[in-house]
Amino acid sequence: MSLVVLILLLLVGGLVAWQAERLDTGLPRWVALASVGAALLYLVTIVARLPAEHFSLVPEAQDGTTWLLHLKLAWIPRFGIALELAMDGLSLLLLALTLLLGLVAVAASWSEIDFKPGLFQANLLWTLAGVCGVFLALDLFLFFLFWEVMLIPMYLLIAIWGHENRAYAAMKFFIFTQASGLLMLLAIVVLAWQGLAQNGSLSFSYFDLLGLPLDGRVAWWTMLGFFLAFTVKLPAFPFHTWLPDAHTQAPTAGSVLLAGILLKTGAYGLLRFCIPLFPEASMHLAPAAMALGLAGIVYGALLAFAQSDFKRLVAYSSVSHMGFILLGLYAWNSLALQGAVMQMVAHGVSTAALFMLAGALQQRLHTRDMTRMGGLWHQAPRMGACAMFFAVASLGLPGLGNFVAEILVLLGLFAVQPWLAAIAALGLITAAIYALWMVQQAFQGTPDEQRRMEDFGVREMATMAAMMLALLWLGLYPQPVLDLAQPVLDSLQGLSGSGL
Amino acid sequence: MASIWLTPFLPLLSAALLLVSMGRMPRSLAALMGAGSVGLAAVCVAVTARSFAGGGDAQELTLWTWMAVGDFVPRIAFYVDGLTLVMMSVITGVGFLIHLYSIEFMWEDESFCRYFAYMNLFVASMLLLVMADNLLLLYMGWEGVGLCSYLLIGFWYRDPANGRAARKAFVVTRVGDAAMALGLLLLFTELGTLEIQPMMAAAREQWPVGATLPVLATALLLGGAVGKSAQLPLHTWLPDAMAGPTPVSALIHAATMVTAGVYLIARTSGLFLLAPATLEAVAWIGLLTLLLAAFTALVQTDIKRILAYSTISQIGYMFLALGVSAFASGIFHLMTHAFFKALLFLAAGAVIHCLHHEHDIFRMGGLRTRLPVVFWSFVIGAAALAALPLTSGFYSKDAILLSAWEMPGIGPWLWAGGLLGALLTGIYSFRLVFVVFFGEARTEPDRRPGWKIALPLAVLCALSVVGGWFALPLGQIFPERGHAGVPHAVEYASMATPLLGLFIAWLLFLRRRIDPARFVASPAGQSLRDFWFRGWRIDSLYDALLVGPFKALTHWWRNEPVDAFYNGLVALSRWGHRGLNALQNGELRWYATGTAFGLLLLLAVMLRNAP
Amino acid sequence: MDGLQIPLDHVLLLAAALFSCGMMGLMLRRNIIFMLMSLEVMLNSAALAFVAAGAAWGQADGQIIFLLILSVAAAEVAIGLSLVLQIQRRFRTLDMDQANRLQG
Repeated sequence: MSLVVLILLLLVGGLVAWQAERLDTGLPRWVALASVGAALLYLVTIVARLPAEHFSLVPEAQDGTTWLLHLKLAWIPRFGIALELAMDGLSLLLLALTLLLGLVAVAASWSEIDFKPGLFQANLLWTLAGVCGVFLALDLFLFFLFWEVMLIPMYLLIAIWGHENRAYAAMKFFIFTQASGLLMLLAIVVLAWQGLAQNGSLSFSYFDLLGLPLDGRVAWWTMLGFFLAFTVKLPAFPFHTWLPDAHTQAPTAGSVLLAGILLKTGAYGLLRFCIPLFPEASMHLAPAAMALGLAGIVYGALLAFAQSDFKRLVAYSSVSHMGFILLGLYAWNSLALQGAVMQMVAHGVSTAALFMLAGALQQRLHTRDMTRMGGLWHQAPRMGACAMFFAVASLGLPGLGNFVAEILVLLGLFAVQPWLAAIAALGLITAAIYALWMVQQAFQGTPDEQRRMEDFGVREMATMAAMMLALLWLGLYPQPVLDLAQPVLDSLQGLSGSGL
Repeated sequence: MASIWLTPFLPLLSAALLLVSMGRMPRSLAALMGAGSVGLAAVCVAVTARSFAGGGDAQELTLWTWMAVGDFVPRIAFYVDGLTLVMMSVITGVGFLIHLYSIEFMWEDESFCRYFAYMNLFVASMLLLVMADNLLLLYMGWEGVGLCSYLLIGFWYRDPANGRAARKAFVVTRVGDAAMALGLLLLFTELGTLEIQPMMAAAREQWPVGATLPVLATALLLGGAVGKSAQLPLHTWLPDAMAGPTPVSALIHAATMVTAGVYLIARTSGLFLLAPATLEAVAWIGLLTLLLAAFTALVQTDIKRILAYSTISQIGYMFLALGVSAFASGIFHLMTHAFFKALLFLAAGAVIHCLHHEHDIFRMGGLRTRLPVVFWSFVIGAAALAALPLTSGFYSKDAILLSAWEMPGIGPWLWAGGLLGALLTGIYSFRLVFVVFFGEARTEPDRRPGWKIALPLAVLCALSVVGGWFALPLGQIFPERGHAGVPHAVEYASMATPLLGLFIAWLLFLRRRIDPARFVASPAGQSLRDFWFRGWRIDSLYDALLVGPFKALTHWWRNEPVDAFYNGLVALSRWGHRGLNALQNGELRWYATGTAFGLLLLLAVMLRNAP
Repeated sequence: MDGLQIPLDHVLLLAAALFSCGMMGLMLRRNIIFMLMSLEVMLNSAALAFVAAGAAWGQADGQIIFLLILSVAAAEVAIGLSLVLQIQRRFRTLDMDQANRLQG
């Protein structure tokens, strides 16, 4: 039941935050902070209660009993739909990331939102609830439901509280995600029908659908449905074009959530569903998927360099980094998969920080155009130092989390496809070009002496410091994260035979 | 054992504290922490060295396992042997002197704390680089020093040119680093470990000498070394890197970081010995670089750029030594070069400091009497750089030239090239001395250097002279080599050439028997001078071949070409919308008619299908 | 009774003719009053068909439906005429081609 409570905490918290606005406009953010904090505390307590040896167990494919937590309640038994939620190490990792970045998002929006703050925080919390659901759901129907739940509040966040071109960006985001989600729904239904034909009963449960012997063509097209939904969300080249617009136009908290967690749902989906459900079809797709990842790395980095909008630059850097995830997932060996998981976490933190920085700049200067910045280090050395830190994190400086991720992906990839790894290493160079260019344009150069600008305050600095420490920890001692993910990755690899 | 891990930790801690203080720390405290931490680190190195003198075996210390995924288990662990110890001594010793010097040099700068934070971070990273027991940790130090180099070149961030130089330094070295990272991937995939000693042992077992894989792996590592050590073709960043404060140039871009490539090759010499082809490439790269940079240094007018090109040239000598498998000589030259080049940079910094930030040597002159301490430091440094007999540079360079001669086949060519380089070195280093310190004064110094500047100069002077007599504890790591088979004529030639260079410089720039200005005035001389002055136009070449196209491509793509496809879809659906919209015209009768005909159609179909 | 029997075919033909007349009226007239009247004709033709069919099979359903149609027609006339009044007030015309604001 505890997993349901976790999601309910966020959903109900959203409702309360919405209504709290009637009492006082400053109240919703406290409610939001409290409910995300409560959810995080709750997660910590339920995890602390689990026996320690549980974490090294390899989760079995047949049923959820060997998972850390598993819950299955009948919901619509007539169609074999159940309320099936389960948590293993991977889900736990991503849940923790989600809730932590949820706190960051609330902090980022603390003084930014004037219009209907209650509804804003409600949407924020509902998005978080949707994401948590996505990371926990094992019933494919429920998974799809949460997939939509996280989409709509995010659409509202962009459409209502976004910047100047928000309507276009929100619509683009919605259409891309919705259209690809539809393909996934079709694929889910087809898969369930196949299950009915072979098992004699209709079920949407992950465990019932795993290892279903499928006809090659059916498997291929069904897999493509999942693959498209997840790669649009990831996003992979060439489905990424919604992302720069959505990230740029979203309010700061929205960008933080989008870049930090929503993108990771795509990677999670590929890892949890797309590849294990269709190992053979995925094997056929792997070269193409890796090519897409590679194209994303190079293309995202090139376009990031060309941008003059701070947020747009960071958005394209995300496209580039997500390419590493795609490469890692389809290289499908322990090193590369660990790298991909690590990249999810590290990129979540570093990009969230950069978006928070962009939001702070926008709030102070009322522009995101870097050609109108320059020399900000003079007025805001703390912001400059933060920007420098996260820029070098993003270019993969060893000692920070992103490096661990990239080197693991490259190591794993090199064992499978040395030439692809060689091209991917180009990303190391291009990342340096755009990250340093960003710092140069915004923070270095001749300062405008007329400009008055507040530096980061205590609240912002505390958030930044927490994220810096997190990246340092991930970069210097990533073992806890790796240990948490390892049994899950072993089990997933076991599902698809020896490898792709 | 504690002294091992304290060595990098102390500067790191100091850097962290200075960074966290965000400039609110009083200058004296920042200076104390900045210089003191490096001084303490130097003491730690001395303690380690003493324990070495007793035992002699390499010491290892594992702090923790960095990450463990399957067979990939890099540790945060240190490996200290003679080679490491030499590097550590240079880094902390010369580093401490430069920190001391910086206190006076940077005292009036508004970002004093930030300066020392970066410098301490650099020392910590550099120590990590040389102490790492595996290549991944070495890579962490490698990138760390790159970052600090970037931060310090762009230290005075208000001038966009400094930022440009800093980014150029980072990106150009990053090209080499990417190659090196690939080398790491290859080595791990093939040998199953990145720990340097077991890796070299495994390589010796698995790979025959001259096989493809070691050549490929070492070539990739060489890419990293070439980038970091500013060798052809990735040397272009170093002259621009002079935009940073002068002590930074002394520490990072002369004494320590730029020689990391030499250290890397020496450290992995076990691999390079399996790849004679790569070693030969190292030698040729060194030779070409040393000549190219020496010619360029001849015509520069900026005092720091002359020194920068001379650094490139001297590292060329080190590469030459490595290429002919004279690893110990390469490291020996690395050490003496660290002494005399730090000395030269610090002396140049003192000149610049006392001359209102003047960089052009032709606007200096006559400083011999006005800044005597600086003058003598500069003379000693230049003498060591030119390898005049009895200076430290002489011993190390001589060893390199003799080893080059002994190389079978191409040896004499390498030797001759190195000799030409030595001649040029003599000319350009004394050109510098004669132009800056003799002749009439063109700018008056407005202050005298204090003791914090004078003391490091004095110590480095002493080291530049006696450094050649140090016996380095490298005997267990690299095989000893004597130069018994070398003819005496060769030895005499190596000895006499720098003196010849000094003489030519004297003729050209002090006595002015032959006025170089007249040659430069001729059209051919003009274009040759221009060609050398701009570093053989390699920068222009890269701008035209790489930077320009990159910028053009990104500018062309900046508005997301992929969106054209989706915009096409949008246009298509808009078009369809307009077409269908025409049917929805709001006229009731039209709708009724549509309904009627639809009904008729339905009836017709039903009747047709009726049995 | 049997002498008065009218063949079902004839009645259905009549209903079809009436329906077509109504349909044509609906499509061709522009005045909304006439369109309403055409609608009535169509409704009644359908009702006629029901009655005839009910009679032919001797079942009461046809007549029941007829009653239903009558009431529907009454309601329809009531709403229709009130709409006509509104349209007359708003557009000052009864020409339906003028009232085409509800377009896509």
